[in-house]
Amino acid sequence: MDATLLSRIQFGVAAGFHFLFPPTTLGLSLNILILETLYLKRGDEIYRKLSDFLIKILALVFVLGTATGITLEFSFGTNWANYSRVVGDIFGAPLAAEGVFAFFLESMFLGVLVFGRKRVSKKLFWWSSFFVFFGSHLSGLWIIIANSWMQTPAGYKMEGGVAKLTNFFQAAVNHSTVERYLHTIAGGWITGSMLILAIASYYLLKKIHLEEAKVLLQKAFTVFAIVAVLQLFLGHFHSVEVAKYQPEKMAAFEALWQTQEGAPLALFGIPDTSQQKTHLYIGIPKLLSWLIYFDPNAKVKGLNEFPRDEWPYVTGPFISYHLMIIFGLWFIVLALWGWFLGRRKTENKLFLKLLLWSVPLPYLANTFGWMAAEIGRQPWAVYKIIKTKDAASVVVPAGQVAFTLLVFVVIYTLFFFVGLHFLKKIVQKGPAGELTGY
Amino acid sequence: METLQVIWYILIGVLLLGYSILDGFDLGIGVLFPFLAKDETEKRVLLNAIGPFWDGNEVWILTGGGALFAAFPKTYATVFSGFYLALMLVLFALIFRAVSFEFRAHSESGRAFWEWSFIIGSFLPALLYGVALGNVVYGVPLKVINGNIEYAGNFFTLLRPYPLLIGIFGLVMFTMHGATYAALKSEGDLYHRSRKIVLSTWWAFLVLGLLTFIATAFLIPGSLTRFLAWIAAIVAWLGWYLVRSYTIKGMDAAAFYASSLAITGLWGIIGAIHFPNLVRAINDPTLSLTIYNSSSSKLTLSVMLIIALIGMPLVILYTAYIYKWFKGKVRLEEGGY
Ligand code: HDD
Ligand code: HEM
Ligand code: HEM
Repeated sequence: MDATLLSRIQFGVAAGFHFLFPPTTLGLSLNILILETLYLKRGDEIYRKLSDFLIKILALVFVLGTATGITLEFSFGTNWANYSRVVGDIFGAPLAAEGVFAFFLESMFLGVLVFGRKRVSKKLFWWSSFFVFFGSHLSGLWIIIANSWMQTPAGYKMEGGVAKLTNFFQAAVNHSTVERYLHTIAGGWITGSMLILAIASYYLLKKIHLEEAKVLLQKAFTVFAIVAVLQLFLGHFHSVEVAKYQPEKMAAFEALWQTQEGAPLALFGIPDTSQQKTHLYIGIPKLLSWLIYFDPNAKVKGLNEFPRDEWPYVTGPFISYHLMIIFGLWFIVLALWGWFLGRRKTENKLFLKLLLWSVPLPYLANTFGWMAAEIGRQPWAVYKIIKTKDAASVVVPAGQVAFTLLVFVVIYTLFFFVGLHFLKKIVQKGPAGELTGY
Repeated sequence: METLQVIWYILIGVLLLGYSILDGFDLGIGVLFPFLAKDETEKRVLLNAIGPFWDGNEVWILTGGGALFAAFPKTYATVFSGFYLALMLVLFALIFRAVSFEFRAHSESGRAFWEWSFIIGSFLPALLYGVALGNVVYGVPLKVINGNIEYAGNFFTLLRPYPLLIGIFGLVMFTMHGATYAALKSEGDLYHRSRKIVLSTWWAFLVLGLLTFIATAFLIPGSLTRFLAWIAAIVAWLGWYLVRSYTIKGMDAAAFYASSLAITGLWGIIGAIHFPNLVRAINDPTLSLTIYNSSSSKLTLSVMLIIALIGMPLVILYTAYIYKWFKGKVRLEEGGY
């Protein structure tokens, strides 16, 4: 294997592992902010107890997010040196801005949440929970700006083989930033809320911490249900954006080999790139054209319109894109059912069991979404600017990348299981006691 | 344009200085952990003394790295890919260190493992930062590949005597600094032990400082002719000198500030003798990466300057407030802090 392929695998592993934690952080920090607001307004101790409980979980998730995020930050220089040379003039700024505006904010105020309950006033504590919420969402914004620029670059010109910034605002708010940001944040809110729902369901099924679990379930469910439904629309707008600005990627998502008027929406199939055919294809006629252009007969570009060496992979993105959507639809089912159950949902065993067992699904949906977006971007590292094969470092031998990849896999596997074990421990202790520092 | 490049040279220096002062003390405590803390209570005092801050402190280096990427992408690319294995070693250390606090607190059977993750995870970066710095100041072999300036050495090139000397000096600097912070935050036996370590590392600081001075004078051409370096040296000397007198008088906060002043002086010296280089090429001076041949465009540097001017004052403001909220000795009964 060459160094570039190994670096790609390493980046995929590192980003995939990192992205287990940020969505959890986004969702938890929102729920903590809601509980702190209720505590500030109503002064009921149960909200403080529940918030303290979630802060304990957040502290655990957050350090894992920190530990794994540093890897990604380094890797643009260590593994993707030529990438950094070619697009550094534009790509570095959002990363630096993320540090200045967001990382400081979220990590300093998380310190106050974990250690400061008895040190600072109620109001300051509320502000701290707000800044943790705000900081982590701002951090998401800057990194999504960086990523969206890779997908749909804007505000630059090429000069001697190097991309130079011409308009910062255009580069930052490029064609896909808004869609991607809203969609990713909503994914995070679904993820964090689902984790809370699963924990509350576990207590209710086990008949422990009943009073706390009921409050937790009701509050987190409201967030979950609203966002799950909203996500269908946000996802839809994102799809429309992809169809417009990265049409070959949309063709890959839908396995659309030939340009078609009245293109169908794929429901199932096994794409076969060598034969340019999809086995066992099931689709809804004309729906894709209608979804993208509001016109059942509109023309949608197929892969045949693009040079063969600029095709994205089809099979991987096709499968992951569709799995993400299936999970999204499942969340809507849960949301509607819960709404229908109303107050009774804390007693419905089957519903609670489904909530509990659905907890891995948002994580999978996030991962599949990123896989679709990133593998579907290939062969480009930055769309139409630099190919992935030209992006890697030239002085790092394959053997060294193989070695570090191996170490990452070992460390991350260890962290995954140890982290899960401690999460279980926190859950088993339950929402009792206080924040006790280290 | 040139002014912007100089400004960014200084600003990245400021970020690294902020990192050395702030994360410096928690790295130092990590290195000293096995010598300072004798029982579980003392261990917890030390961990809780840095608990609310270590993550925010670490952001200084992340932002420094991000700023280097944005302002001088060619240097970022060459150094990070060139020093691949060494940087990965630092990275693995930082990863283990980051989880060690939280994991140790939750763990019973694995406590020793996570404690050593903290200790080694602090020791390696505290040593290797200096080694890396020594290399770029002293110079590394560079060559041109496909029109880009690339690193031409290997992992062992990095372990030459001068960089190692800087590495050890940095380690001593971090430990002295960490000990002043430990004294500031602790009481009883732990307090007395911390003060003793301040005074012994103070002597080590002197010896290594002198050795570094001699080595630099001989090995870095023109280093004695930089006027600003002499001023910075006076600052460093003054800071170092005051650490001892304040510690003896029991003025622990002042000793911590004095140690920070010493660190500031040392960065001043480096900034002055290294300017305008970012990485010196030891084989061919025309290949050196400087702030002039590796920077981003004028527009990017200006946008970044605006970001820094808005963002950094805010960061410094709330950081100062949060340190104030957690002022004073650690009392474990007060909710862990
Ligand atoms: C939409 C959200 C999102 C995405 C796509 C990413 N991150 Fe992330 N990252 C966060 C959202 C986030 C966060 C919510 O802000 C984290 C997660 C948990 C946490 O501790 O902060 C974080 C932590 C985090 C840290 C540690 C910050 C600290 O010490 O406090 C670094 C260095 C990065 N990230 C860097 C990256 C890079 C280089 C990415 C892509 C290649 C990346 N993140 C993808
Ligand atoms: C409900 C129907 C959904 C649709 C139509 C949809 C659509 C999309 C589209 C078009 C992309 C963009 C790929 C690209 O940029 O090339 C995407 C990416 C993504 N999706 Fe979804 N999605 C849906 C549900 C979900 C759900 C439920 C989650 C998470 C809980 C999720 C998480 C993500 C993530 C994290 C990404 C990668 C980031 C990005 O590019 O936005 N999606 N999705
Ligand atoms: C956190 C969620 C993310 C996940 C799960 C993810 C996943 C992946 C995967 C699977 C690859 C390998 C693709 C391939 O080579 O086939 C990749 C490559 C890459 N991604 Fe992402 N990504 C994420 C976010 C980001 C963000 C936010 C950025 C930039 C700011 C980014 C920048 C890159 C770069 C530079 C590469 C390597 C070059 C390339 O293969 O094109 N990724 N990512």
